[in-house]
Amino acid sequence: FMQRGLDSQTKKQLEEEEKKIISEEHWYLDVPDLKEKESCIIEERSFLRCEDLVYGRMSFKGFNPEVEKLMIQMNSKCKEEEIEEDDRMEADVSDEEMARRYETLVGTIGKKFLRKRDQRVLKDDDDENEDDEVEEGNTNTRPSKRAKKMFLKPQD
Amino acid sequence: MAAESGLAAEALVGQVVLPGDLLLLPAHYDEDAEGERLRLSAGAAPQGRLLCGPGLRRSGAGLLVTKCGLLRHRPAGGGAYWVDSQQKRYVPVKGDHVIGIVTAKAGDVFRLDVGGSEPASLSYLAFEGATKRNRPNVQVGDLIYGQFVVANKDMEPEMVCIDSSGKSSGMGIIGQDGFLFKVSLGLIRKLLAPKCEIIQELSQLYPFELVLGMNGRIWVKAKTVQQTLIIVNILEACEYMTAEQRRQALAKLSGN
Repeated sequence: FMQRGLDSQTKKQLEEEEKKIISEEHWYLDVPDLKEKESCIIEERSFLRCEDLVYGRMSFKGFNPEVEKLMIQMNSKCKEEEIEEDDRMEADVSDEEMARRYETLVGTIGKKFLRKRDQRVLKDDDDENEDDEVEEGNTNTRPSKRAKKMFLKPQD
Repeated sequence: MAAESGLAAEALVGQVVLPGDLLLLPAHYDEDAEGERLRLSAGAAPQGRLLCGPGLRRSGAGLLVTKCGLLRHRPAGGGAYWVDSQQKRYVPVKGDHVIGIVTAKAGDVFRLDVGGSEPASLSYLAFEGATKRNRPNVQVGDLIYGQFVVANKDMEPEMVCIDSSGKSSGMGIIGQDGFLFKVSLGLIRKLLAPKCEIIQELSQLYPFELVLGMNGRIWVKAKTVQQTLIIVNILEACEYMTAEQRRQALAKLSGN
């Protein structure tokens, strides 16, 4: 029940009392906890996990090409699970290429999502890092730490 | 009844065991520190947990045999013991791929007969690419190849035709024609063994398609009715033929 206008303190007291009543009514075992023996034996009722059974659908001499493809797929999946894969699959793109790509990719995509202010800063940094000889003049004279625009109170 | 003293499990691998035999495992599984010391000195302890397969039950420190058969052992992956027994009646087990026959459509689920004590249920959404609008075209009397997702002895078994990633991977309605027959469960396991000679020899004969369900049902389809029947007869008979007899029979057939 929630009585409107009840103090939060009295509410808390009521809740605590309710909890006490409930927990006293709860039954609990007085017996000390038995030491759980970690059993090292798992019971299993399926033959599939014990023996190495192949997949049940089979097709021979090209009677059903889809099933034949499936046979190769399922049986090689089973073998792979058991044997640790030493040879990795040939990837379309090699690891080195991926690493190179990522280096450049993160930068370019990241730039796209910057705010306009940040983009300008980035451009300044880039230009500074590049040739110092080429100086654009006005546009680059903005200090790198641009002043944060504070809220200007309207003057009365 | 005095309990028999158990025998070491490793000594009985490959021999006949009877229900009630107690198999003692080597004392690798104690938790005492002394046990650990003993373990290190006694040799390499098996890593991981021991798998106690069908026909065996965990009891105290050992395994109790509940079915008669040959005891098998697999040392890889933490070790596994199980009893290789023969039976004709199938008991649904979770994860098994079986062939079921649709017996009824009840609203959103199909009832399948899988050879167990109860018909299994299969929801129409458990097919690949099935939605509420796009229902699979399943009629009464169709054959379905699926796997069990719930299979206790207290509940009605449930089947699905997709695997955990949502792909059908070969499960679903089995096509038209073909021949369905029943064999014992031990033969199915023999046929599904990795390098089965029977299957290899049969595959040399002529093109055909085969679906094996763990519930003892086999579906065969070949180009002509006669070829289908030949394969059916060989599969039924090869349970009791020796390898020699089988080769003779196949040689006669390929000669024809």
